Amino acid sequence: MTKIATREAYGEALAEIGADIKDIVVLDADLSGSTKTAVFAKKFPERFFNIGIAEQDLMGTAAGLATCGKIPFASTFAVFATGRAFEQIRNSICYPNLNVKIAATHAGLTVGEDGATHQSIEDLALMRALPNMTVISPADAVEAKKAVKAAALHEGPVYLRFGRMAVETIFDEDYEFKIGKGKILREGKDVAIVATGIMVGEALKAAHILEKDGLNAMVVNIHTIKPIDEEVILQAAECGAIVTAEEHTIIGGLGSAVAEVLAEKKPTPMRRIGVRDKFGQSGKPDELLKLYNLTAEDIASAAKEMKR
Amino acid sequence: MMQVNELQKISAEVRSDVIKMIGKAGSGHPGGSLSIVDILVTLYNKVMKVDPKNPNWEDRDRLVLSKGHGCPALYSILARKGFFDVEQLWSLRKLGSMLQGHPDMRKTPGIDVSVGSLGQGLSVAVGLALGAKLKNKKYRVFAIIGDGEMQEGQIWEALMSSIHYKLDNLTIILDYNKLQIDGPNEEVMSLGNIRERMQAFGFDVHEIDGHNHEEIYNALSAPVIAQKPRFIIAHTVKGKGVSFMENQVGWHGKAPNAQEIEKALADIGGTTI
Ligand SMILES: Cc1ncc(C[n+]2csc(CCOP(=O)(O)OP(=O)(O)O)c2C)c(N)n1
Ligand SMILES: [Mg+2]
Repeated sequence: MTKIATREAYGEALAEIGADIKDIVVLDADLSGSTKTAVFAKKFPERFFNIGIAEQDLMGTAAGLATCGKIPFASTFAVFATGRAFEQIRNSICYPNLNVKIAATHAGLTVGEDGATHQSIEDLALMRALPNMTVISPADAVEAKKAVKAAALHEGPVYLRFGRMAVETIFDEDYEFKIGKGKILREGKDVAIVATGIMVGEALKAAHILEKDGLNAMVVNIHTIKPIDEEVILQAAECGAIVTAEEHTIIGGLGSAVAEVLAEKKPTPMRRIGVRDKFGQSGKPDELLKLYNLTAEDIASAAKEMKR
Repeated sequence: MMQVNELQKISAEVRSDVIKMIGKAGSGHPGGSLSIVDILVTLYNKVMKVDPKNPNWEDRDRLVLSKGHGCPALYSILARKGFFDVEQLWSLRKLGSMLQGHPDMRKTPGIDVSVGSLGQGLSVAVGLALGAKLKNKKYRVFAIIGDGEMQEGQIWEALMSSIHYKLDNLTIILDYNKLQIDGPNEEVMSLGNIRERMQAFGFDVHEIDGHNHEEIYNALSAPVIAQKPRFIIAHTVKGKGVSFMENQVGWHGKAPNAQEIEKALADIGGTTI
């Protein structure tokens, strides 16, 4: 199977839709080679602005451009986009509900060797807390491309979360992507695994492991963390047990969003797979996923534990 | 007069370490590590009061490597000064290592401040300098910032407070290698005339060749001007000492392969003798 990083797909998608949607402008903070906005910059140099290493300024400038009718995509690493510039996003972009797309790359532990300071494990929580913000976390390159297009056409602030590491492609080109709409990738009745981002692939592998143990697992892909698809979560709850999986802290991300829906509408036993209130560290992406218990095996054991 | 030859020798050793460490790690930032070697070697061998056996000594001078990605150079010097075993250097960036991709004050003896997100270290250095004043301590605080890093608004906020609080125990060293990731500073986001800007702020400004140990030493040890923090513009070469890395933006954050390591080590050996 081909492995492509979602950030690569972002760069390609941006350069593609930039040809049709002339109002798209792109801003970066000295990381255009890594975030892949350089692909757009090369094709449309007059619509690309390097703001330098100044993430707060990056978000403010994007807000200003949005008030002029432009559709700014502002990119840097997830930790700097949502951390350093959080309040600029809050007060200059979300509060006035401006049409800015924050496309952040290098999210999660799979940043690897750069270590804790560069591993964004709380960005979904931060962005989800903001009114008017739509939060999208694609699982593979196909979904990432479709998400970029959908975000460009959506009116209002959008946070797009991309990864550094190449990941297996799960979806076919004709896969239908709709903001706010989760997708059941595998039917099942004993337990439901609700996953986002790179953990969707792990969830599908976990379902295979569980099958060998006689458990029939449903797998749900939640690419839009906010607004969350309550309907598909309630459908998953019919299994009577839910495991959520995200490359993010278990505090405030997908697991929390699902728990909030279930607590109010249909209390269901659940387990959250994610980073357990810890910072990351240097290491190879795969080593870190193992160490922090973010693998298919971890998902499967959580599911089995609940069905015991 | 100090023994410049001796410092040059140490610098070459540190440069070799940097290449080997990043090579073994398979990732890291050679360009910005090599540009600060001579500054760090002079600081740790001729200027700073530190005790490798007692890394948390209260009266020690402090160093904040605000451009934290240059840490391989600092790790090598700390190891060679005896803060920890030299063998640790080869574990850089590996799972469980005391040498993280960016400096971690809780994991590495001799690291005074955790850094890695550009622009933040200088504010912490201001805090350290204020702390010394509050506690009537005589220690000095040194902060090394990058030129690209200077684009962060927080740098300018910290520059303002160091002047406002008259922190003459603070020395800021700009590693002025003229390059960042996406290209030269001038193309990405111009820094203007830094000397004039820093003079206008009210700093005791020095401008030196950041690879000349004597000039570095003189700027660091010049008599303190009361109530004035010092700002040293150190002109440097990104990738200094390795012919094919010098002034090459592509070597900001890339590990050399086996062949390149060999060539780099040969280059570095050549500059010492
Ligand atoms: C807040 C923040 N934004 C972005 C980065 C990513 N980054 C790491 S190094 C670097 C370029 C630094 O340039 P400069 O300060 O000139 O360092 P040097 O040339 O000495 O390597 C960038 C953008 C970061 N570490 N922190
Ligand atoms: Mg530089």
